[in-house]
Amino acid sequence: MPYLNSRLRSAAARFAAHRALIAAMLLGPVIGAMLAFGAVAAQEENVVTIDNFSFGPGELTVAVGTTVKFVNHDDIPHSVVETKKAFRSKALDTDDAYSYTFASAGTFDYFCGLHPHMVGKIIVK
Amino acid sequence: MAKKGLDDHGQGIGRREVLECMVWAGTGVLWAINGGVPHSVGLIGEAAAAESGGFTFLQMSDSHIGFDKKANPDALGTLREAIAKVKAMPMKPSFIIHTGDITHLSKPEEFDNADKVYGETGVQLHYVPGEHDMIDEGQGKAYLERYGKGSKGAGWYSFDDHGVHFIGLVNVVDLKAGGLGNLGAEQLAWLEADLKGKSNSTPIVVFAHIPLQVLYKEWGWGTEDGTQALALLKRFGSVTILNGHIHQLAQKVEGNMTFHTALSTAFPQPAPGSAPSPGPMVVPADQLRSMLGLSTVTMVQGNKPLAFVDKTLAG
Repeated sequence: MPYLNSRLRSAAARFAAHRALIAAMLLGPVIGAMLAFGAVAAQEENVVTIDNFSFGPGELTVAVGTTVKFVNHDDIPHSVVETKKAFRSKALDTDDAYSYTFASAGTFDYFCGLHPHMVGKIIVK
Repeated sequence: MAKKGLDDHGQGIGRREVLECMVWAGTGVLWAINGGVPHSVGLIGEAAAAESGGFTFLQMSDSHIGFDKKANPDALGTLREAIAKVKAMPMKPSFIIHTGDITHLSKPEEFDNADKVYGETGVQLHYVPGEHDMIDEGQGKAYLERYGKGSKGAGWYSFDDHGVHFIGLVNVVDLKAGGLGNLGAEQLAWLEADLKGKSNSTPIVVFAHIPLQVLYKEWGWGTEDGTQALALLKRFGSVTILNGHIHQLAQKVEGNMTFHTALSTAFPQPAPGSAPSPGPMVVPADQLRSMLGLSTVTMVQGNKPLAFVDKTLAG
């Protein structure tokens, strides 16, 4: 039995390795992208940046009680205004930031009060 | 001397070509309107306008006092250069229309600096606010306290000069998510009442910060309810719409309406769709002044031509 077990384990291991290899071949780019995304997400946690007249990420999901920071990287001031007036930042000049703590669950649609075609969304769960 | 962005070599531009014409780039364009049919008149028209003793005013825009980023570290300096050109004009303009974004951040010292430099011209200024003039703590209180005397609502008003009816509109407040510039129902009702009783032959000049027509929706370059304002103006024989905001020349003629956007004195912006987004465009230092400037608008009494000359700071 030890021998058989060993053979079986070995076969199973070979199969597993083989499967992993195929999976890696097929999913390599996807996994890579996911890993990269995970790294970015960890680095930029709960931060919405403003670059080239757009909010990034355009949609962010956070837990109740989370503070989200909005940072403007443009050479033009922007603001962050919630559609139903839940929050409204003052005008943010270059590299200025505004933080808001989401105390309750819900979907918060916001836009730039100066350039209203810029829109974003925070989903609080 | 101003260069022409369009040159018809004296051939005359047909009405169809005029209607299709939208000039996005170029250092200068000169137009005249005669009997409701616009045509390019070139420098001859400019000379005729000057000789006729007609009435001239300037359009200046987007001075962004306080802006100090890479696209122009000294916006106050380039405004001073523009004002030096105004002071050197052989024919003193009757007044200056400023189509908004006087300041970059609505700070008191920015308004102070702008007032000081514009004041050197010795001519009256008629302002409308840009979105950059309404971002003080009071969301426009600072602008209205300074320039809003005699205006209604967020700062709109009208006045008459040399038989022309001038209307200053505000389309930079109470903006809606996902939308464009906004006039609002209250202002549109006021405009309708303001135009009531005016004869169709009264020349009309409307000025506002954001273009009233939609020039490029993706960048928010237009006014959501602008078509409602244009509908109220449709019956008039001569309507000129002056806007700023996009920091580049754009000309369009539709029937009796002429649309004109002015250069900024602070920094250029990219042509629509030519960059990932609007915003201050960095150009080589020796090219900056060819992309900044001001516009002279001349109206001649009698045969009612109206001519634009857009001059850059380089010329």
